Amino acid sequence: MTESHIPNMQEGNDGGPDAHLAHHFSSPAQQYDAARLGMWIFLMTEILFFGGLFCAYAVYRANNPQIFVDGHRFLDKPLGAANTVLLIFSSLTMALAVRAVQLGRRRWLVGLLAITILCGLAFLGVKAIEYKHKWDHRMVPGQARIAYWFSRGETSEPLKKFQPDEAYVKERLAQAGFEDLDQAEYDQRVKHLGTYMGIYFSLTGLHALHVVAGIVAISWILVGAVRDRFGSNYFTPVDLGGLYWHLVDMIWIYLFPLLYLIH
Amino acid sequence: MKTSPAHIVEVRVLLAVFAALIMLTVVTVAVSYFDLGAFNLVVAMSIATIKAALVAFWFMHLRYDSGLHAFIFLVGVAFLGFFLIITMLDAVTYHPAVQTWEQSK
Repeated sequence: MTESHIPNMQEGNDGGPDAHLAHHFSSPAQQYDAARLGMWIFLMTEILFFGGLFCAYAVYRANNPQIFVDGHRFLDKPLGAANTVLLIFSSLTMALAVRAVQLGRRRWLVGLLAITILCGLAFLGVKAIEYKHKWDHRMVPGQARIAYWFSRGETSEPLKKFQPDEAYVKERLAQAGFEDLDQAEYDQRVKHLGTYMGIYFSLTGLHALHVVAGIVAISWILVGAVRDRFGSNYFTPVDLGGLYWHLVDMIWIYLFPLLYLIH
Repeated sequence: MKTSPAHIVEVRVLLAVFAALIMLTVVTVAVSYFDLGAFNLVVAMSIATIKAALVAFWFMHLRYDSGLHAFIFLVGVAFLGFFLIITMLDAVTYHPAVQTWEQSK
């Protein structure tokens, strides 16, 4: 029995092709296939996980299209587009990272994983700027409840205080060609903005959580890459991390037009 | 038995996919400034689906992969479609009643 047939006896990827083989698999190829199959089933459940929110979006938009047309005026299209480009670029670097590890190029793997993580962090940074902007103008769902929590009963009119910033809303609506709205028209338009914002924050918030999870996973892979744990005969974690990251990118590809590019 | 079941995608293929994704992003943003009426959503979703397919088939290796993985993924997409259609059937059916109720308040 040669050393390479004893599983997990050697560290690093120079321990022979079977160094990472668990005893219940007959070959590394079978183990790799099983891991990928499991990952794809997980990704399928992720689609359905987001599916509930996409259903909510569809129902609200079909029944109240005007809310979505009005609501999207309060999102920043250039920032959304910048984030789209960031995520697509990070998907490219992740795909290149998988290629690098398949070819056993460790320096490239480390560099490309680091760039992918930085793009993910930049995405979250842009998202934070957008969220802050909405918070400052009180463009958040459930204003009344938030007001109640924060005023601790001291505000006599919590509802009024935490309504969307009227000057800001009027400015944005004027830019869209709705000038000199009387109070009744204004109230009618603002009435359901919170619904749009609720859908916006739920969808982008759940997506942002996935970006955070992706960054954590890829950071863990990066540590493994620095420690030379992966090579051309063992790269399953890099591959699966990549699949997850691409799925997160794919969901954003749908969120961007659905939330930012409404006409 | 195959020793390495994974396909190594060439750099120029990955760069071409990236270029196509960026180009489609530019197109979808540009199109959003024109009013295509009922086709606004159709065009936006078609472009998004082409982009998603590029990511799935090249970046995620589905093109080179076992057909089982593509099947699993498409089953997820198909069920999402069922959920959307059935939910929408219900929502659209009851919408007039909801509107009448809202106006009567």
